[in-house]
Amino acid sequence: MDTSTPTRWMTLAGLLPVVIAGSLFIWFAGMLPVIAAGDTLRFVWEWVPSLGVNVSFYIDGLSLTFALLITGIGALVMLYSARYLAGHVHQARFSLYLTSFMLAMIGLVISDNLLALFVFWELTTITSYLLIGFSHDTVKARRSALQALMMTGVGGLALLAGIILIGTTAGTFEMSEINAMPGVLTGSVMYLPIVLLVLAGAFTKSAQMPFHFWLPNAMAAPTPVSAYLHSATMVKAGVYLMARTHPSLAGTDFWLWTLTIAGAITMVFASVMALRQTDLKLALAYTTLMALGALTLLLGNESGYTITAAATFLIVHSLYKAALFLVVGILDAQTGTREAGKLFGMARAMPVTAAAAAVAALSMAGFPPFLGFIGKELKYAGAIAVASEPYLVAGAFLIASALMVAIAGIVSFRPFWSKSGAPIADVKEAPWPMLVGPVVLALLGAFFGIFPDTLATMLVNPTVASIVGSAEPAKELKLWAGVNLPLFLSIATFVLGFAIYAYKLKLRAILIDLTERSPKFDNGWDKLMAGIAAGSKALTRVIQTGVLYHYMVATFGTALAVLAVTLFFRSTGIPALGVPQVQLWDWLVFLLVLLGSILVLVTNSRITAIAGLGVVGIGMAMIFILYSAPDVAITQLLVETLVVVLFAAAALKLPSLTPEPLRKRWLDVIISVGLGIVTTVILLKVTTGPIDRELTTFFETASYPQAFGQNIVNVILVDFRALDTFGEIAVVLIAAISIFALLKSKPEEDKP
Amino acid sequence: MNSVILRAGARLQVVLLLVFSAYMLLRGHNAPGGGFIGGLIAATGFVVYAIACGTADARKALRFDPGSIAGAGLGIALIAGLMAVFWGDALFTGQWLFIGATETEKGLPLSTVLVFDIGVYLVVLGAILSITFALEEAV
Repeated sequence: MDTSTPTRWMTLAGLLPVVIAGSLFIWFAGMLPVIAAGDTLRFVWEWVPSLGVNVSFYIDGLSLTFALLITGIGALVMLYSARYLAGHVHQARFSLYLTSFMLAMIGLVISDNLLALFVFWELTTITSYLLIGFSHDTVKARRSALQALMMTGVGGLALLAGIILIGTTAGTFEMSEINAMPGVLTGSVMYLPIVLLVLAGAFTKSAQMPFHFWLPNAMAAPTPVSAYLHSATMVKAGVYLMARTHPSLAGTDFWLWTLTIAGAITMVFASVMALRQTDLKLALAYTTLMALGALTLLLGNESGYTITAAATFLIVHSLYKAALFLVVGILDAQTGTREAGKLFGMARAMPVTAAAAAVAALSMAGFPPFLGFIGKELKYAGAIAVASEPYLVAGAFLIASALMVAIAGIVSFRPFWSKSGAPIADVKEAPWPMLVGPVVLALLGAFFGIFPDTLATMLVNPTVASIVGSAEPAKELKLWAGVNLPLFLSIATFVLGFAIYAYKLKLRAILIDLTERSPKFDNGWDKLMAGIAAGSKALTRVIQTGVLYHYMVATFGTALAVLAVTLFFRSTGIPALGVPQVQLWDWLVFLLVLLGSILVLVTNSRITAIAGLGVVGIGMAMIFILYSAPDVAITQLLVETLVVVLFAAAALKLPSLTPEPLRKRWLDVIISVGLGIVTTVILLKVTTGPIDRELTTFFETASYPQAFGQNIVNVILVDFRALDTFGEIAVVLIAAISIFALLKSKPEEDKP
Repeated sequence: MNSVILRAGARLQVVLLLVFSAYMLLRGHNAPGGGFIGGLIAATGFVVYAIACGTADARKALRFDPGSIAGAGLGIALIAGLMAVFWGDALFTGQWLFIGATETEKGLPLSTVLVFDIGVYLVVLGAILSITFALEEAV
């Protein structure tokens, strides 16, 4: 990742994703006029009509805002990565993962069908797993990737359950239709389970407390991934879900309080933890958590103010946070460190990076005239308008925003302008492809801050309309909203923020001390994982003993119990016993089978026992021949032959049998005699009733005219029921692979 | 098992059984036989060969990895089933072509059904052999 040496970076693997993302951005941008005019777009393809699963895309303000963020930031991040990872062995793999993620994420935000949304949701989880674990040779990356996969995967399963409940309650999986039916979910008895399950999905994905710990760990991913997935897009999928279901799920006290409490705790906790970090990237990760908490909190409400605040802050945050992540990535690549204690006064060496960082940080801290200021003013205005506890919510916002001011200083003022330490020598400015992203994103924050109306009419108002269900108009975005309470809160934020910045080292020392002493979520996670592994091991030891005898007893014992009980309760009368009218041949075959079985029981030699079983099998084949089923008979004969040959090969190497005396094997006797009797009784009862020959007649008449075959058995196999046969041969193949794997694997040493 | 007689016999019978298995496969639509039975017969031939001459020789005689044969068989069966789409029928509907058919003569019948049966044949052959060879090598 040494970007100072000139490497050939304009490769197909590096630039193709940029082209894809850029084209998609332009395509989505083309929809802006339609959406800004208040219309929506919808495309539907039927996928599984019998289950009501459609591939349907629905584009309204909310979807389009997300789609533009995903593709726009995506294009910039991909250009950045093309240079950042130039010459990396697995650059093509990285590009593939990142592009797949982008497509999945777009699918997620424009799907109208909830089941399709779920599929895309899981795809983002999987691609995120692959990207976090991109440096798969480090233990930390692998562990973090798995942790993220588990957390978001479990949440995804909860979401699927919630989606199914929504579908059965509302009668459709199309979100646009569900949102058009007010009260269909809030008024239902299933409301509580639905909300719990949907929020379980959203909270794990968007890393709300207490599911937050995977997100800071996910910073093991390369910096462009952190900027893109774990700041601007994927972690906002949970926010998107809450916004998307807002019209049909919000409006209850449960929704309001759950989101308010979870959001507020996450926000305050994360902003305090951000101050504790010395790694700049980790500090940014915690501020992302803070932003997610703030968005969750705001989405708990229904008033136009709070939703406008949420929509604006969503865009503001994506712009400045992606820019700052990319800046930290540049610092890391050019200087080799991300530690706050080592980076000072780099502005002279990297003027463009420093400028971009400054503009983005001013937006983050909420200074006028940047978009962040408007976002912060709206947050305060929204906090005052919340339906829960305006003072507490405003207080929480005040603490969090003040800490944001301090952290903006730590991340982008101190490394570039501070004279507290000596700058690292011989550092060059980053190459231009890595600078485009931060510069463009930072400038957008400034541009929209000066011209907020553009943003409001194009994106914010349509987004608010789709979240609140278009009833209430959005609030205006203004730089100067007059002398009011939010303004005073803003001033208080700056004062408090500067104070925290001034005492940051002391505060950090206290925080580090505190966190060292308190229990860590990560340890709890490790214990949980170890517990699950131990539990499944214990369970496996009970139900998978590895002794064939146990499996046989369980299988046949269960069969006997089920059949005997059914026969006892369901059958009427005892079948007439008597000597059936059968030919001499049948008796001879019967005798043969009987002799074979007895031979198996009494012999000590494995080879003899196998031969005895072969006799039984051949006797059966003879019965098939006598009753004119040559195909079945041939198959039976061949299988018997093969089994005998196979067993003989193995039996030569095995010790001889030492059967225990029958009186010690009373359980085996009960099971075998019992099964014999039960089967006989069932067969007798079956044969007394009339035989339904409908299917036989059908195949007899249809086989030749329709399928040109006279061998009915084969025609059924390969033509009438070919799909079944296909399934069967697939099973044969899977069985072969499993047996092959079993035979080729070495038994694992069982640790005590 | 080191027996000259068995080795010599196995070489001969593997050829006979292979021809026989092809015969059973092809006649299957109108007389007892078919892909499943054909595959079993062919497998028997190679199993005996493996016992007589060792699995290394048997693998060489087979030329392809048995697992690949089974996988290819499944793929062929799937393609045969999917072909029906080109004629606008439901999946796995048999498609027939009678080459040189006249008013009275039916001609040479070719069908996707036969292709499907060949797939079954290969899956059975490959699956049994991959199990057998692995077993022989394990004990």
